[in-house]
Amino acid sequence: MNRRLILILVAALVVAVPLSLLAGRVWIDPIAPTTRNAALILFELRLPRAALALVIGAGLGVSGAAMQGYLRNPLADPGLFGIAPGAALGAVLSFWAGYAASVWLLPVFALVGAGGAMALLALIAGREGGVALFTMAGLMIASLAGALTSLAISLSPTPFAMSEIVTWLMGALADRSWREVGIAAPLTLIGVGVLLSAGRGLDALTLGEVAARSLGLEPRRLQARMIVGVGLAVGAAVAVAGVIGFVGLMVPHLVRPLTDRRPSSLMVPSALAGALLLLVADCLCRVLPLSGGELRLGIALSLLGAPFFLKLLLDMRRGLA
Amino acid sequence: MTATLGCVTLSLADRLTDLTLSLHEGEVTAICGPNGAGKSTLLSCLGGLVAADGGLVTLGGRLMRNVPVQERARSIGYLPQSPEIAWDVSVEVLVSLGRLPWGDAGAKIGRDAIEEAIAAMDLGALRNRRVSRLSGGERARALMARVLATCPAWLLADEPLANLDLRHAIALMRRFREQAGKGRGVVLVLHDLATAMNFADRVIVLDRGRLAADGEPAHALRSEVIEQVWGCKAGWLGERGMRALSLG
Repeated sequence: MNRRLILILVAALVVAVPLSLLAGRVWIDPIAPTTRNAALILFELRLPRAALALVIGAGLGVSGAAMQGYLRNPLADPGLFGIAPGAALGAVLSFWAGYAASVWLLPVFALVGAGGAMALLALIAGREGGVALFTMAGLMIASLAGALTSLAISLSPTPFAMSEIVTWLMGALADRSWREVGIAAPLTLIGVGVLLSAGRGLDALTLGEVAARSLGLEPRRLQARMIVGVGLAVGAAVAVAGVIGFVGLMVPHLVRPLTDRRPSSLMVPSALAGALLLLVADCLCRVLPLSGGELRLGIALSLLGAPFFLKLLLDMRRGLA
Repeated sequence: MTATLGCVTLSLADRLTDLTLSLHEGEVTAICGPNGAGKSTLLSCLGGLVAADGGLVTLGGRLMRNVPVQERARSIGYLPQSPEIAWDVSVEVLVSLGRLPWGDAGAKIGRDAIEEAIAAMDLGALRNRRVSRLSGGERARALMARVLATCPAWLLADEPLANLDLRHAIALMRRFREQAGKGRGVVLVLHDLATAMNFADRVIVLDRGRLAADGEPAHALRSEVIEQVWGCKAGWLGERGMRALSLG
């Protein structure tokens, strides 16, 4: 069942990636390209953008699947860990530090922010490795980072910087280059690898913490894997694309009924489906006719995600989820 | 305290004082006692889930804390009180989780163990059913099959009969007896004294962390012990194996 799902998703990606390269403000005819600079648009604009969508979508998808498995809650989202808000705070501070000085400043600041959130999380929750304390610590870090971000915005040196920050926070893949791919891809890859290695522990957690320990789970080791894995995948995503919410929530939830529902069998399909979702959503954002530029990806996904979340809650209330 | 499982000696944390036990494979041992007596603590210590500071638990002649986690997980199956199943998996997938300590759910040995556990619990017809669709009795069987799939030498269960009606409770107790008959050491925390009396080979009575009685059910659960530990006047009626407790 799982193998077939993975094959279908891979096939969908194989179809979607080339199509996504052709779509955009300028449509490119694949057979007889009449567009000027077609090669330039393809290789310098659209290909890195598609690669970034795949990398970030896969990272967010796996992070969401792992988070839900770890917290044993289908409503969990990587944002709950406080890592995305931590990364966003770092990025916002880079605007203060004069981010224009170097193209590396923003992603590096964001990664430092994500790392700080990870360290704080490990420090508060790491001792005993319990899930409840971990969740509370994550929520605390998320709200603290959110408040500090708001503070930084409200005190921003110039109105121009403020609008720049706010726009960046909304998350997008527009105007990204191979440099961003170079930052995000290796970090995400390591993060995804770490999370995949946590699969067995997450399976054991299906039976609750006590039974999981009796099956040989070492809670602190699993927690460390979660922090490092989600930290790298989500931190890298925020560092290059801003905050893109709801992917980590929606994707595992959509994929779960198609698997045997074990957390470990959810991970690879969630990576593929996350990549597909982000690629398609980014394509639609690019194509949608909108005066004053294109729809920002982060906003589009939030618009899609909020009603999805609501439906999930209603389903759960009816005991269907 | 010190307890021994078969060759398991267990020694325990602050809830339990000066307790020395030696448990045996091939026996059903019931742990009884009033609320707060330390029954679950004792079971967790026996399962190696709680470090027994100031106490020693040994498994196969080795101190529990020196037994590698993986090896402990393979030798001791543990069914917690009010077990949880977070995801709506099928019975077969649930049972396969029992192979996690071996990491071989996909291999022949693992498959065989899973099949055997499913057969032992008569779950063949339910194997593809999701756990949310199971009745209470079926769920209890599925959870026990999960523990059996590990093929542990020891089977520890904390109040396995909670939430089961009479028929299912008795059916489950028979299955525990069967497992003891196959040479496994079965250790159960039981609330119902009549069940302990009728099904256990040995009863350990705890009272506020102390060992109040230990031995054959008829001896460990005699009226004087019940009065002293539970503070109730009670006597046993009926034949061996079908005893009922009459409260005075």
